[in-house]
Amino acid sequence: MAKRIEISGLDAFYGRTRAIADISMAVEPRQVTAFIGPSGCGKSTLLRTLNRMHELTPGGTVEGKVMLDGTDLYGAQVDPVAVRRTIGMVFQRPNPFPTMSIYDNVAAGLRLLGRTRRSQLDDVVERSLTGANLWNEVKDRLDKPGAGLSGGQQQRLCIARAIAVQPQVLLMDEPCSALDPISTLAIEDLIATLKESYTIVIVTHNMQQAARVSDVTAFFTITDAGEPGRLVEMDDTNKIFTNPSEKGTEDYITGRFG
Amino acid sequence: MDDTLTHVSAGRKLKDLTAKVLVGAAFGLAVIPLVSVLWMVVKNGLARFDLDFFTHSMRNIGPFDAHGGAYHAILGTLQQVALAALISIPIALLTAIYLVEYGEGGRLARSISFFVDVMTGIPSIVAGLFILAFWVLGLGMSFSGFAGALALSILMMPVVVRSAEEMLRLVPNELREASLALGVPKWRTIVKIVLPTAFTGIVTGVMLAVARVAGETAPLMLTVFFTDSINNSAFSGAQMGLPLFVFDQAGKPNPTAIDRAWTGALTLILIVMLLNLGARLIAWWRRPATSR
Amino acid sequence: MTTSQTETLDHGPAGGDLPEGKDASRTGRIGDRVFRLASSGSGVLLLAIMAAIAVFLVIQALPALRANTAPFLTEKIWNPNAVPPRFGIAALAFGTVVSSLIALVIATPVAVAVALFISHYAPRRLAATLGYVVDLLAAVPSVVYGLWGAVFLVPLIMDPASWLNRNLAFLPIFNGQPVSSGKSIFTASVVLAIMILPIIAAISREVFLQVPKANEEAALALGATRWEMVRMAVLPFGRPGVISASMLGLGRALGETIAVALIVSASFEIDWNVMMPGGNSIAANIANTFQEAGATGRGALIASGLVLFVITLVVNMAARAVIARRKEYARAGA
Repeated sequence: MAKRIEISGLDAFYGRTRAIADISMAVEPRQVTAFIGPSGCGKSTLLRTLNRMHELTPGGTVEGKVMLDGTDLYGAQVDPVAVRRTIGMVFQRPNPFPTMSIYDNVAAGLRLLGRTRRSQLDDVVERSLTGANLWNEVKDRLDKPGAGLSGGQQQRLCIARAIAVQPQVLLMDEPCSALDPISTLAIEDLIATLKESYTIVIVTHNMQQAARVSDVTAFFTITDAGEPGRLVEMDDTNKIFTNPSEKGTEDYITGRFG
Repeated sequence: MDDTLTHVSAGRKLKDLTAKVLVGAAFGLAVIPLVSVLWMVVKNGLARFDLDFFTHSMRNIGPFDAHGGAYHAILGTLQQVALAALISIPIALLTAIYLVEYGEGGRLARSISFFVDVMTGIPSIVAGLFILAFWVLGLGMSFSGFAGALALSILMMPVVVRSAEEMLRLVPNELREASLALGVPKWRTIVKIVLPTAFTGIVTGVMLAVARVAGETAPLMLTVFFTDSINNSAFSGAQMGLPLFVFDQAGKPNPTAIDRAWTGALTLILIVMLLNLGARLIAWWRRPATSR
Repeated sequence: MTTSQTETLDHGPAGGDLPEGKDASRTGRIGDRVFRLASSGSGVLLLAIMAAIAVFLVIQALPALRANTAPFLTEKIWNPNAVPPRFGIAALAFGTVVSSLIALVIATPVAVAVALFISHYAPRRLAATLGYVVDLLAAVPSVVYGLWGAVFLVPLIMDPASWLNRNLAFLPIFNGQPVSSGKSIFTASVVLAIMILPIIAAISREVFLQVPKANEEAALALGATRWEMVRMAVLPFGRPGVISASMLGLGRALGETIAVALIVSASFEIDWNVMMPGGNSIAANIANTFQEAGATGRGALIASGLVLFVITLVVNMAARAVIARRKEYARAGA
């Protein structure tokens, strides 16, 4: 299922403002890749170009290539709706559909694809919730609203919803920033399991988290306000946090900047 | 090439496209009557949009005569609406102040708030019936422009309360606290700081409310009655109102009356639209001021 | 904001009372009391007016109701000026409710679509302008719609109405006959629909704009098309708002006077064939017969107005209750 992403010469804009410039990098399958960097460096924007969510922001445009196992996501034949179904996303704040039950939240993506046989849905809902480490906590109240869960449970529900449609890549935009430490730990454990089957990209503000969960880390920065964000370096997480090649990276991770 | 990235089922795409087309078409459909109404009013209204219309009343105009005008009705409307504003604005503004500054969510404030909502929903003809029942039949006063103004203020008050309340709530609490902390009495804080801050917003709300009641016909017919003559006093005897004039002329079978009805409608729309436009301009002009 | 703060604070003491010490604080306290009294008094006055509306309508209606020789609620004939007076609300209430419900059925889907167009489909730059255009529809006085309806729509609607009447004859409100005149309940309903559409559209648009961005993005990120996103995130969230908006629109349609009075041909029958000339409503009947009404006639009209008042009150309060429930629900969800 997991696929490789190769980004080359990517720029993203908000109107005329360039948010990120000339990004080229490869994201390997069955690994966790972390994007780190100061606020405004464009790491979330970059993440949102990977499933074509960026262009939904008013004025949002993209130039360059994002190849998913050889297919350009911005190619003429490609349908952004299909891209988003293939590449799942988990957001900063848990966002289960407030009017839907836990069950319906997980089944939402499958129903879009026209899979509505109850027995089939039952299977996938159970498998996805199990995969998101939530099944035991909610199996007796699947018909209750998803909004009634705790923040950490809601975020795992959102992960279950994302993996229910069996995406090839899972994008996570600061998935723990709204959660308490215990819930954060639960999500981090989950990420470690999920990477066995998915390509995972995670944006995080928290460097310890990047160090804990990721295999590869990419560091982004901006030189000045109004300038676009750029990739400074990308390497094994261990190397980035112990012996980075760039001075800027070292300054950032040791807390001298940002 | 991998078709998972290119393939979205034709059914889903078709539904999406259909929804898009229908939603756009609905907007077009909604605009048709607006365009049609404005077009008809302008086209038919211009025929009698002349000096006669604005300087003469309908006195001594026979049922099939041309000529005649709405001077008496325009005069009446201006007086009635001005009186209604004079009556309702102070009461409504004070009520809004009570709700925001003094009520503090108590039982009185909550019931006032509830009944203001209920009052917003009162049909305009019921407001007219109430003044008829209370002022004319109950107190034995005559039909007059003032009675009409009373009916209009019943309709105007809840609208002004709601909009003023909203504007007062937008005033940041820090402003109040800073003033109170300096020992400025609460009422002076309200008069000198809260009201001026919310002023343009309140004016916008008042103008929209005035525009709304200026077009009301039903309450007038039960309170100012009808007349074809000029009555300069809003306090004695039947008066006319412009919406009432339109209704009256529209109900007559001869084409000269219909012509007058259209011109009355054109005048009425001009008044209402100007008030609306003025209100929007004030609201628009105020926006950059707050962000500055 | 900080600058305006310091400005106003500078003005406060310089304005006068403060430095004078005790006297100033006394006038402050008296001023506060007066101001508080005036503002709460205004609020109480509003409550008193609401109570007075109910009380005076009842007082002035009672003599006529006592003189009535027919059962008020079930009688169809309206003859209060005859001796003895005979009048009832049945036909009028029927016309009022049916014309408003048809208007609601026509207006709600269009209004929801218009609201969606402005909130989720139109280019963002245009949205505010388009919203203003819809608001303009609401600003046109009802007498102008009435005039337009009577002169323009009544003759125009005959062919489409005949067509509907022929082709939808399986519905009880259509009888399969060609239409001889457009002065019908149906035409009044169309005009009412135009009048309530901007109300429903404006409130629905507000609610749709409040849909959390996060919910919309959740749907889109799952691979929903725009329409599927609307169905998953926007419509379920907006449903209570749309319901209460339609009910407020219904309340408006029930009480509309002039437009209906100028269009219907004032019958006193209960006729389900809404395409056929005829029809009436409580408010239109007041407008059409008030000038000729004697003492009992006026009382009878006030009694009919009381019925209208009660109907609209119930509808409006139900709408408010739906809104209030939604607020609680939104708070619980947050």
